[in-house]
Amino acid sequence: MKLNQLTIKEAGEGLRAKKFSSLEITEAVFNQIDNVENKINAFVTITKEEALINAKEADIRLAKNDDLPLLGIPIAIKDNFCTIGVRTTASSKLLDNFIPQYDATVVKRLKESGMVLLGKTNLDAWAHGSSTETSDYGSSKNPWNIDYLPGGSSGGSAACIAADEAIGAIGSETAGSIRQPASWCGVVGLKPTYGRVSRYGVIAMASSLDSPGPITKTVEDSALLFDVISGHDVHDATSSPIPPISIANDIKKSIDPITIGISDDYFDGVDDEVKKIVENAIFQFEKLGAKIKKISLFAPKYAIAVYTILQRSEVSSNLARYDGIRYGNDRSFFEEEARRRIILGTYTLSAGYYDQYYNKALKVRTVIIENFNEAFKEVDIILSPTSPSTALPLGSTKNHPMFGEIADMLVEPSSIAGLPGISIPCGFSSIGLPIGMQLIGPQFSEALIVRAAYLFEQSTEWHKVKPNI
Amino acid sequence: MNYEPIIGLEVHVELKTKSKMFCGCSADYFGNKPNTHTCPTCLGLPGALPVPNKTAIEWCIKIGIALNCEIPLTSKFDRKNYFYPDLAKGYQISQYDQPFCQNGWIEVLTEDNKIKRIGITRVHMEEDTGKLSHKGNVSLIDFNRSGVPLVEIVTEPDFRSSFEVNQYLQKLQQIVRYLNVSNADMEKGDMRLEPNISLRIIGEIELPKYKVEIKNINSFRFVDKSIQFEIKRQRELLDKNEIPLQETRGWEELKQITISQRIKEKANDYRYFPEPDIPPIEWDKLQIDKITSQMPELPNDKLIRFEKEYQLSSYNAEILIRDASLAAYFEKAVFQSKGVLSQKQIANTLINKKINILSISVKDLIKDIIHSSKKEGIDEIELSKITDDVLKNNQKAVDEFRNGKEVVIMFLIGQVMKSINKKIDIEIIKNILKNKLNKK
Repeated sequence: MKLNQLTIKEAGEGLRAKKFSSLEITEAVFNQIDNVENKINAFVTITKEEALINAKEADIRLAKNDDLPLLGIPIAIKDNFCTIGVRTTASSKLLDNFIPQYDATVVKRLKESGMVLLGKTNLDAWAHGSSTETSDYGSSKNPWNIDYLPGGSSGGSAACIAADEAIGAIGSETAGSIRQPASWCGVVGLKPTYGRVSRYGVIAMASSLDSPGPITKTVEDSALLFDVISGHDVHDATSSPIPPISIANDIKKSIDPITIGISDDYFDGVDDEVKKIVENAIFQFEKLGAKIKKISLFAPKYAIAVYTILQRSEVSSNLARYDGIRYGNDRSFFEEEARRRIILGTYTLSAGYYDQYYNKALKVRTVIIENFNEAFKEVDIILSPTSPSTALPLGSTKNHPMFGEIADMLVEPSSIAGLPGISIPCGFSSIGLPIGMQLIGPQFSEALIVRAAYLFEQSTEWHKVKPNI
Repeated sequence: MNYEPIIGLEVHVELKTKSKMFCGCSADYFGNKPNTHTCPTCLGLPGALPVPNKTAIEWCIKIGIALNCEIPLTSKFDRKNYFYPDLAKGYQISQYDQPFCQNGWIEVLTEDNKIKRIGITRVHMEEDTGKLSHKGNVSLIDFNRSGVPLVEIVTEPDFRSSFEVNQYLQKLQQIVRYLNVSNADMEKGDMRLEPNISLRIIGEIELPKYKVEIKNINSFRFVDKSIQFEIKRQRELLDKNEIPLQETRGWEELKQITISQRIKEKANDYRYFPEPDIPPIEWDKLQIDKITSQMPELPNDKLIRFEKEYQLSSYNAEILIRDASLAAYFEKAVFQSKGVLSQKQIANTLINKKINILSISVKDLIKDIIHSSKKEGIDEIELSKITDDVLKNNQKAVDEFRNGKEVVIMFLIGQVMKSINKKIDIEIIKNILKNKLNKK
């Protein structure tokens, strides 16, 4: 096995056992980046020089048996997280020259845990999309087939993990942006409860929904990263004051028989192939001792309408600060998708329309939250496909302004309810594209969904298959 | 036609909290080097988030309580979206439909000495903007003021004269100073006033269909002058059967006029929506009770108490309570001089002698009053007779004084004292001598 293929868990154990050095892993990762990045385009900015310095420093600390959870482990971070001294663009040319003076809280916590920052990964510009095709730095490609999209908006983070261009990665999800690309790239994506991970320093998309989270090679890795980045932050008034529990420690603990809820509406309009593979996964869970229960949830299409209105409204306001005065480039650097969202969001917030759209969307959101609460009285977690399809070919977003909303329709209801969800690989399509399923739990139930996901993962081999790039 | 002015007022008060409204930067920016009190949050940098200042919110509530407002148990912040170069985020965090305080009132004195109640529509919390300055053909932005806590106090259109407005402003200024939440210094922009004025035919009940807002007012005097000017200007238009435009006008102190700044044909659409970065704020009654219990005695209550407790004239009481520290000084003096001096003596000394309370301790003041009051009294006629004698017997000194050598008055005072052989106030003798010397 090559060092760049290691998981966070393996890398950490190896480093502490002095089997290899951080510099060796970091160099192996850059070697892979040199080999495949021209095909994958997972990164907007690569910080090789600093990374190598940091790796050497980590090795010195490792020699002293310094025991930070991520010491010396190379991590890639989505380019909408502010990184002090490292250009942060949100994949928009508008911020082509923006070098933050501060670290996002997530970045700060990762650095304090000893990570080696590899660079900043590609996303749909401003995280507007589910493909990375709206990136001003070119689309990323799916490592399983470079004629296909990696999904998005955290497409760069998912692709770099699938391509072993990093050991772990950080993404952010508003509705689907972690889970959907994880599903399309055959990796693990954990979207935490809203408020569980600080948004401070994450370039805002829809503030009432944005949730940073890990994208990793295994479920256990996602727990390890989650433990580092989660918890209350004095800089984020929406971050939860409830102290987080370490979920990585308990991941292997045996789990009481759980009841998994399945809603037919979440299989409606899903590709037959995806449906079949996810049904196999349900069967696998049954074999592992889970009880399966049919539940009724609101059809995801209602969530799409709510999500679209809330998100566009908040986007129109969040992007107002790029007023052409301070970031070098003016508003003409907003491309089609951002413009479309600003226009729609401005409209839905306008006098006379506010009640009809925004206010009504808020009310429906409350109903959806209650709908989930009811469901969680009957079941422990909910299982469904992550995306209605496998990865789509490059160019699929063209002339499809609602592309993202359709690709993300199965994750949007839980996103607008602020619930945690994890997408894990559960098979492949006939043409060899990964298929993912998601486990959704009640608020702050990361420990539960991660243990269930781990249980499934350990009984299958899907996460061990590597793409041929 | 006979018109009556219909006037409402919006007042912005900058709070003197240690830190800004939504970040840890120092809010004490006045006179500091531009852009030295800034951080990602008050600069509105990508990714930065606001965290509300608890003290500022409590102070806002205190202002609301002082203005007899209801304090709803649920409140929230909203975004007010508009573009201006001094607005870092492209929106201001303010409050729209659920302010911290609403439906209050305050009593003011009218010209004919009647007490009148002015309705307070709302008291809400928001953040200040940066400051623009224009030099030649460049414009500069200073973000030191960006995010400083501002409380906006909006009245009903209940004022009928600039006199009433002035009474209100003085009371409001006094209240926020009593609460110790703002210096309310007009010159430093701690307090900003925006009256809106229209005229209505006496006897009509509905509000006029237009309203003129005046900006650029930085003293109470200008409020008075600009309102007077507007009343006259609008009356002239109405007399010509013209309806004044709905607009914002600015006061031009140099020309003593208001000039049009912006014509408002329809209300601005600020696209208000709940601030998603700050969860709604929920109070329980106990928390509000606690804030209420921390309220200091307010000017009105103090006035009534001073009149009653110290048996002062309302004139004297009013002067003593104008400033909370003077009132406290007075009470301390009364307490420390119990049985030795009367409350009236202390009040009179403080008021008539315009004592600077910062330069003399209460103890020393009491000593001074006791000392000067020990002087014995003397009959005025007797004193007049004695001074006449002294002047007659010291013609040389009198001539010298009249030729401009004023110091000889001390010699004459000495002669008078000798003749009286009593310890009386030199100032009294000096005044009588001076009067007599200057008469002839």
